[in-house]
Amino acid sequence: MSKQKGKQGEAQFNLGAFLTKYSMVIALVAVFILFYFLTGGRLLYAQNMSNLLLQNGYVLVMACGMLLCILTGGNIDLSVGSVICMVGGVAAVLITNKGCNIYLAIVICLALGIAAGIWQGFWIGYMRIPPFITTLGGMFIFRGIGRLVLNSKTVSVQDASFLNIFTAYIKIPGLDTDTRILSPFVVGILAVAFILYSTVSTRANKAKKGYRQNSAVADFGRAALISAALLAYCYLLCQYKGISVMLVWVVVICLIYHFITSKTAFGRYFYAVGGNEKATQLSGINTNKVYFIAYANMGFLAGLCGLLCLARIGSVNGATGTSFEMDAIGSCFIGGASAYGGVGTVPGVIIGALLLGVINMGMSIMGIGDSWQYVVKGGVLLVAVIFDVVSNRKSGK
Amino acid sequence: MADIILEMKSITKEFPGVKALDNVNLVVERGEIHALIGENGAGKSTLMNVLSGTYPFGTYTGDIYYNGEICQFKTLKDSEEKGIVIIHQELALIPLLTIGENMFLGNEKKNKFGYIDWDLTNNEAEKHMKQVGLNESAQTLIKDIGTGKQQLVEIAKAFSKNVKLLILDEPTSSLNDEDAKMLLDLLMEFKKNGLTSIIITHKLNEIIYCADKATIIRDGSTIETLVKGVDDFSEDRIIKGMVGRPMDDRFPAREHRVLPEVGLEVKNWTVYHPLYHEKIVDNDVSFHVNKGEVIGFSGLQGAGRTELAMSIFGKSYGTNISGELYLNGEKVDLKNPEQAIAHGLAYVTEDRKTNGLILGESIRFNTTLARLDKVCSRGVIDTTAEKNVAEEMTEAMGTKTPSVEQRIGNLSGGNQQKALLGKWMFTEPDVLILDEPTRGIDVGAKYDIYCLINKMVGDGKSVIMISSEMPELIGMCDRIYVMNEGVLRGELDAKEATQEKIMSYIISAEN
Repeated sequence: MSKQKGKQGEAQFNLGAFLTKYSMVIALVAVFILFYFLTGGRLLYAQNMSNLLLQNGYVLVMACGMLLCILTGGNIDLSVGSVICMVGGVAAVLITNKGCNIYLAIVICLALGIAAGIWQGFWIGYMRIPPFITTLGGMFIFRGIGRLVLNSKTVSVQDASFLNIFTAYIKIPGLDTDTRILSPFVVGILAVAFILYSTVSTRANKAKKGYRQNSAVADFGRAALISAALLAYCYLLCQYKGISVMLVWVVVICLIYHFITSKTAFGRYFYAVGGNEKATQLSGINTNKVYFIAYANMGFLAGLCGLLCLARIGSVNGATGTSFEMDAIGSCFIGGASAYGGVGTVPGVIIGALLLGVINMGMSIMGIGDSWQYVVKGGVLLVAVIFDVVSNRKSGK
Repeated sequence: MADIILEMKSITKEFPGVKALDNVNLVVERGEIHALIGENGAGKSTLMNVLSGTYPFGTYTGDIYYNGEICQFKTLKDSEEKGIVIIHQELALIPLLTIGENMFLGNEKKNKFGYIDWDLTNNEAEKHMKQVGLNESAQTLIKDIGTGKQQLVEIAKAFSKNVKLLILDEPTSSLNDEDAKMLLDLLMEFKKNGLTSIIITHKLNEIIYCADKATIIRDGSTIETLVKGVDDFSEDRIIKGMVGRPMDDRFPAREHRVLPEVGLEVKNWTVYHPLYHEKIVDNDVSFHVNKGEVIGFSGLQGAGRTELAMSIFGKSYGTNISGELYLNGEKVDLKNPEQAIAHGLAYVTEDRKTNGLILGESIRFNTTLARLDKVCSRGVIDTTAEKNVAEEMTEAMGTKTPSVEQRIGNLSGGNQQKALLGKWMFTEPDVLILDEPTRGIDVGAKYDIYCLINKMVGDGKSVIMISSEMPELIGMCDRIYVMNEGVLRGELDAKEATQEKIMSYIISAEN
């Protein structure tokens, strides 16, 4: 019995499979190390590490929504950047020019984002207008509305309570004082405890039911690496202002979308539609609704991003959000989403977004201009997708 | 001395982990029709891919002699230059291009300036089309001609490449009986002019009809070659060679216990075409199926059977659907597949690859898709329960797979079909509609599926079976409805049904 278990119960560690599965993680680490040396260690300064997630927070939030669109069949939403401009513009005008209550303003803005999403989702899902065209139209329309609202000016927001909701750093009484910040560490330890607990309980559960296990080395090794990275990051946060509310927003969004895509029936429908729409339809699933929700949801997240951007930058103008959608799309594809739909995960997308973020930040620290950053980002996107396609071809998929 | 055109000697081809071909020998004489038969996954297509250079020289071992000389094909083009042309089961035609464009795709007729000479192209195309008896303009779009004619275009295309040895991989699997017979007659006609053909098919009656020799492949090895006129060249004999044992009954016996209650009844069902709203696809069709009964729908392609089934299954086909549908005696109005499934209807689609399965996903994913709610609590999937039911279904259907996490696209056709059946069994249907449930799968898998059908009706469920294979309908059904051009032409008791009778219903309708 136990002998058999050793043979079949635990999968053997396979280096090739490991490298393929975690290729993007390895690439992220490699790029990180590369820039660590290129920047003379400055990349790892607490302030830079804190900013890495805050600067790319909006990308992560958008990418979660974009992933759902891409899952339905490689469809993208080009209008995201424009929605950000429109929503951010409305928020700024409401708060600064009209003196609107900020909570009311937030609700109005999120509703506006959802409305933009519903508008596009309706045409795409129920009228079957190609997503590329619909969202290209949206890209112009919402940008235009944004500029109309802003009256082609830059509007800034100084309302402290608004900024606090999105960008303040959390201070927990007793843990955090002006000279000493401990809350990130406490949060980090709690998270690590949870990771270890879930690893152990998953394995115990599998053993009890006699399912195939990953090797203990792989499972615990992964948990240990994630924990170590998490603790190191928390340690850095302790040295620079602590946890930002923005970070909480981003992490919560990522967790929710990870849960939806991996654990819920509704999340599975996105994979099914992308895999074979006709078969999905004949399985009694309303595929129109799946498209509709994907784009309506994207509108909602774009609206949220509009608020996050406004709070982080402090002002909005007619060009805010330009080409933001490309960052989100790039993150998805770098993170392993298939351009044909049906394949992709939220953790993958996070890795993709971080990879782009590290490259951006590393090059900025080195003082390399925007133009070169574009060239490098484009190259990375292409290489990542080429790698994906080639390795899939080899494994015969 | 026999004139040997092709000899393949001890061909061995391995894929990672699998020996697809093990020491296969094949000898083909000039001017014969040579059938290649075997169960799914036996290695027929692999062998032909080796021959045509799709698997280049060096990836296999063994020798290929063609016209007496040894050949080492590296690409498809190499073998085509020698006059070996392979026509695949899935036709390689582009629907939105014309016949002429398709025929010279990759081989365009150019004038001296390097532009495509369209007059020459179309003229040449029509010349070859005439050879195969295809009366269409070369400027007709592929999508506007039927599957039967598309098959002819492929053959004409082969002629344009100056074919000497024509390989057809399941040429008739998507054709109705009439078109299939026409195609086979055409091959026999070409034979007179010296063309050699190798035909891969699952339809044994076709082999008996047209082939001179039949080589049987089983589990990657050649078992035997039967010669017409010398050996016993009968369906039973061939089956014995294919499965390694005599198969006395191709259809498992069933106690016919039709219950008096009606499971599903359709009255005056009329369906219009989804795009051409004036066109009637099904006209005033009425039928019923009792509990514990299998009924069959026979007819030619385009008779409106699939459309009928799909329109009943939650209006997933057609517009302006009128008529009444009764389930268990109760009138229902099913607006979408979701409602149909909820009412105990299941429709196992005709084309498992395009309409049935999500090939890139696992067996587990596919099994539960139609009724995910059964393994969910508050919208969250219970992965353990899901895995369990997938394993249960896999076992109940007899699907051969290492695990339920296997990508369904990696399974053989027969196992895919079983997995698809498992998906629909999981919805616990009262009425199961099967659309061509055994197309393109081997004898053994067919038998398993017939057993499953018998089990269904044994439990008092109803089964509706649409099939182009008449023996299958006669062997499996209690009653058979015959359709033609959207109209129900007749109803037969299976006991008195013969292929001739069914055909006569269809033909009388045409006159």
